[in-house]
Amino acid sequence: MEHEPAFFETSPTPGVVGKPLNRVDGRDKVMGKAKYSAEYPLPGLTYGVLKTSDIAKGRIQSINASAALKEPGVLAVFTHLNLPKPAKTPNDAEGKKAIGAPMGFLPLTSDAIHYAGQPVALVVADTFERATQAAALVRVSYAAEAPIAAYTDKRAQRFNPEKIQDGKADGYTRRGDAQAAMAAAPVQLTAVYTHAINHHNPMEPGATTAIWEAPDRLTVYESTQGVTRTQKSLSAYLGLPQDQVRVVTKYLGGGFGCKGSCWPHTVLTALAAKGVGRPVKLVLSRKQQFTSMGHREDQTQTLRLGATKEGKLLALIHEKTSTTSPWDNYAEANSKIINLLYDCPTFESHYELARANVMTSTFTRAPGEAPGSFAIECSMDDLAYQLGLDPIEIRLRNYAEKDPSTGQPWSSKSLRQCYARGAELFGWSKRNPKAGVTKNGRLLVGYGMATASYPVHNSQGTARVRLYADGHAVVQAGATDLGTGTYTVMTQVAADSLGLAPDKVRFELGDTKLPTAPNSGGSVAAGTVSSSVYMAAQDVWERLTKMAIKDPKSPLFKAKAEDVAMENGRLQLKKDASKGEDFKALMKRAGIDDIEGSGQGKYGSGYEAGQSAATAPDAHKDEAGKHSMHSFGAHFCEVQVDPDLGTVRVTRWVSVHGAGRILNAKTARSQIIGGSIFGIGAALMEATARDPHYARYTNADLGDYHIPVNADIPDMTVEFIDEHDPYINAMGVKGIGEISMVGVSAAVANAVFHATGKRVRDLPITPDKILGTKSV
Amino acid sequence: MNNFSYLSTTTAKDATAAVTGTKGAAFIAGGTTVLDLMKLNVENHSELVDINLVPFKGIEQTADGLRIGALERMSDVGEHPLVVQNYPVISQSLLQAASPQLRNMASIGGNLLQRTRCGYFRDVAFPCNKRNPGSGCPAQEGENRNLAILGGSKACIATHPGDLGVALAALDAVLLLENAKGKQRRVPLVDFHVVPGNTPQRETVLEPGELIVSVTVPAAAHARKSMYLKVRDRASYAFALASAAVGLDVQGGQIRTARVALGGVGTKPWRSVAAEKILTGAPATEATFRAAAAAAVKDAQPREQNRFKVELAQNTLVRALLELSAA
Ligand SMILES: Cc1cc2nc3c(=O)[nH]c(=O)nc-3n(C[C@H](O)[C@H](O)[C@H](O)COP(=O)(O)OP(=O)(O)OC[C@H]3O[C@@H](n4cnc5c(N)ncnc54)[C@H](O)[C@@H]3O)c2cc1C
Ligand code: SF4
Repeated sequence: MEHEPAFFETSPTPGVVGKPLNRVDGRDKVMGKAKYSAEYPLPGLTYGVLKTSDIAKGRIQSINASAALKEPGVLAVFTHLNLPKPAKTPNDAEGKKAIGAPMGFLPLTSDAIHYAGQPVALVVADTFERATQAAALVRVSYAAEAPIAAYTDKRAQRFNPEKIQDGKADGYTRRGDAQAAMAAAPVQLTAVYTHAINHHNPMEPGATTAIWEAPDRLTVYESTQGVTRTQKSLSAYLGLPQDQVRVVTKYLGGGFGCKGSCWPHTVLTALAAKGVGRPVKLVLSRKQQFTSMGHREDQTQTLRLGATKEGKLLALIHEKTSTTSPWDNYAEANSKIINLLYDCPTFESHYELARANVMTSTFTRAPGEAPGSFAIECSMDDLAYQLGLDPIEIRLRNYAEKDPSTGQPWSSKSLRQCYARGAELFGWSKRNPKAGVTKNGRLLVGYGMATASYPVHNSQGTARVRLYADGHAVVQAGATDLGTGTYTVMTQVAADSLGLAPDKVRFELGDTKLPTAPNSGGSVAAGTVSSSVYMAAQDVWERLTKMAIKDPKSPLFKAKAEDVAMENGRLQLKKDASKGEDFKALMKRAGIDDIEGSGQGKYGSGYEAGQSAATAPDAHKDEAGKHSMHSFGAHFCEVQVDPDLGTVRVTRWVSVHGAGRILNAKTARSQIIGGSIFGIGAALMEATARDPHYARYTNADLGDYHIPVNADIPDMTVEFIDEHDPYINAMGVKGIGEISMVGVSAAVANAVFHATGKRVRDLPITPDKILGTKSV
Repeated sequence: MNNFSYLSTTTAKDATAAVTGTKGAAFIAGGTTVLDLMKLNVENHSELVDINLVPFKGIEQTADGLRIGALERMSDVGEHPLVVQNYPVISQSLLQAASPQLRNMASIGGNLLQRTRCGYFRDVAFPCNKRNPGSGCPAQEGENRNLAILGGSKACIATHPGDLGVALAALDAVLLLENAKGKQRRVPLVDFHVVPGNTPQRETVLEPGELIVSVTVPAAAHARKSMYLKVRDRASYAFALASAAVGLDVQGGQIRTARVALGGVGTKPWRSVAAEKILTGAPATEATFRAAAAAAVKDAQPREQNRFKVELAQNTLVRALLELSAA
């Protein structure tokens, strides 16, 4: 059957895709019926509680668990001495790779302490309270050594890694001769940016419930962004075939990157369950959350920018220094966005890492793009002021018509429209070009803007559709809904592709028993899973069409498959809609109750490519592969700054994005709002403080680690540019999970500069950094 | 958190007897401080004696002024018309504190006994003189951005984090206390909290087993014209970086009486008599306010990260005085 681009743009019947459908799981959530991973009341369930290290470096001398073991209900105190051994650990490179572990170290495998908060014991008891009490009674004595807390410590070993981000990005990049271009540039700017440690802090902490169904078969209810990745990691850790590990995540209370990998507490819980021979549930405390699932690393970026007097970029040179763990070379790849956001002929980037006694950092809400955009977007603002140009104008003068980092054309790009529409919605034209002159009583008013961009990452996945003759369908993919609306948007896509009303479709996700979907991370879920669902539905129509044209009783008997189309659940001739029949009638006549189809959604396949990437014409696949695929957007921000009290309030906000097809106007808007609020948090308040001598956090709770409250956030305006991208995937969906945060901190910082004339390059912009600013 | 027993009492006598009679026992009112610290193992009480049924209630105008029972909730006091009208600084200090959920639980007595948010104090893995006398004070050379610039010592620079105490310090509030023998005594709020000196573990003059019964605040013109200004890292639900509780009685541009206390910057609610002296009798102008603010922080001893509080405290005080005198 020929591909039906009709679904994408020319469907005569308006469907539900794109409509602001309410969340299909909303009712269950507010009624408390949605079960999160720590909410399965299993028979014989026991409770695990971690005891974590008081010191950041040294050795465990002894552990005395006798008092803990005497407590009623205590089943075991596991330490490095008695925890059942895993088949593999990530403590060596081969094991790390096999496991896909985010950190090259598994606690409880030796007496070594490498970071504060490292688990040193896991206590299991018949109630949570008893396990908690017993954990407090476990006595650990340490031989402590002086730890290194961060790259800022002079004793820290610094080096230039060949690869960063677990080998996924280069530690050094060079395009053209940026040094020479810089030296010759008439305008040269150098700026240093620092970014505080940030923690993801999803509302639902990390949680694992591990049940050994048989000695070689494990089920885990896990708070993860990817059931399959966790399944793979656990099977490697435990030496089990992948199919012997089942991972279930029906609901997730946020993840933001920290649940994108399988962290130590998960496998430790599985091993403890093996040890006690009963199911074990372990939920991280909020404090433990700060030292169990990674963070955004503390970092300094130096960005040098060379330009002509007209503001045309000539060179960009970026350096980043950041803290990493004793084992891994992890750094967010900040330079990627700097390399491609603007048309600049030369580029160079270097990463420098410093080893410290901290756990490995990990992807955190737009990893790389968020802090990278802070640097480039503040520096572009500097350039605009230096040359007396409007910040939008400087960006337009450097508009990248193709991807400067690869030379490839964009698959689609609506950034110009984003600037224009954003400026219009915001009232940018009313901005006084001078900084520090706009006032509202005692308050200084500032307008700032910044560009956003996020790549469409390579990913693929599958989905299954089962269509019943009674007009219902069950659609399945082992995807995760982080709380952002995956259940809802996939229900919409399935409904439209099957010609059914959304309430006739049930979408199931979050189980390794279902067809494999990618991790919900890197903004890939919406695009990949929706494409899989669409493809699976196409597969069903293909099968039904085959049935119909072979069925002498069908009005479509002997029709050519390519002449048949699906419309509203009817199979009919494209040229003559009256010739056709309802799928229910066809199935009933054939005596089948249901029919199944499956499909693969794949990056780069493009909706014009046919049913699936596998069958896409090579020409199209090749063509798609030649494109650089990114979302773009623009944020506009108004702040009001109290120069005497140092407070900054965001008073207006506009975000406009071009991100391919938007699946649900309501959940998409919510996602952009949420991401922008993350960004405002990072810009104005989020910071984890690590004591410089003890390498231990001093504000590891939500009372002292500040995230925005309602009063910090104004009403926000969000719009999307209608964008048809023929290359990304079958649904033309780019994903909006992370772009919403990119550029946000720069938009805020640029507004603060416009308000005060003071450039704060050290995030977060707390009152202490504003003080001393007098209106200029 | 350790195991503990729980006892609910209905009279002051039973409550004080229970706490004095059981080693490691403590009162619990709203529980928002004591349970939090027990979960962190910072406090390990063997028994919690619930005083919520003890009749320390009432928000009323008496001959002495305003009387508030120690077990009234922050939200009820903050929203009470009598408090809103005649003692606005108290109302504002309460309603700008914590979150609605916390304010609905937390009591007036408990609020005055809340403990510092110093991150070293709240994590038992760190040394801390307040929690473990003699173990050291890592805050001096560490994360001290939100610690005190006034009233600190080599042993401790922990901030008293509360807001209500600051308002009460400004308005000459007096606490009524009662011990296990049924003996009552009155202690001015400004003498209730003590600076750390060499004994940072001791934060108030409250004796073991002694209860706060009520708070009395004298009526005054500067109480009616009063306000609380709180500066924090986010718009709501955060402890003060600096705050100012001010009361003014201005007649014909001249300040007759003034009350000033600072929050977020002191090891206790920081009444500034020096600032009040400058204000009293002076014209209600920005210059006067600036001079008063300079006097209020004259003895400040900032550390590396909290140096900004010297400026912030002054600006906060000046702003509060400006707003109040303009009102
Ligand atoms: C996240 C968070 C944010 C907060 N933000 C703020 C803020 O911005 N501003 C602010 O001011 N406060 C803030 N607080 C502190 C909060 O106001 C206090 O925890 C609360 O007021 C304590 O009252 P309670 O009744 O819950 O005390 P409890 O926890 O019940 O008791 C505290 C202590 O007082 C003792 N006690 C209680 N009542 C009496 C009495 N009548 N006589 C003698 N002893 C007594 C108890 O034994 C205990 O030692 C915050 C708290 C939290 C957890
Ligand atoms: S400032 Fe006080 S509370 Fe904080 S660490 Fe030092 S002694 Fe402890």
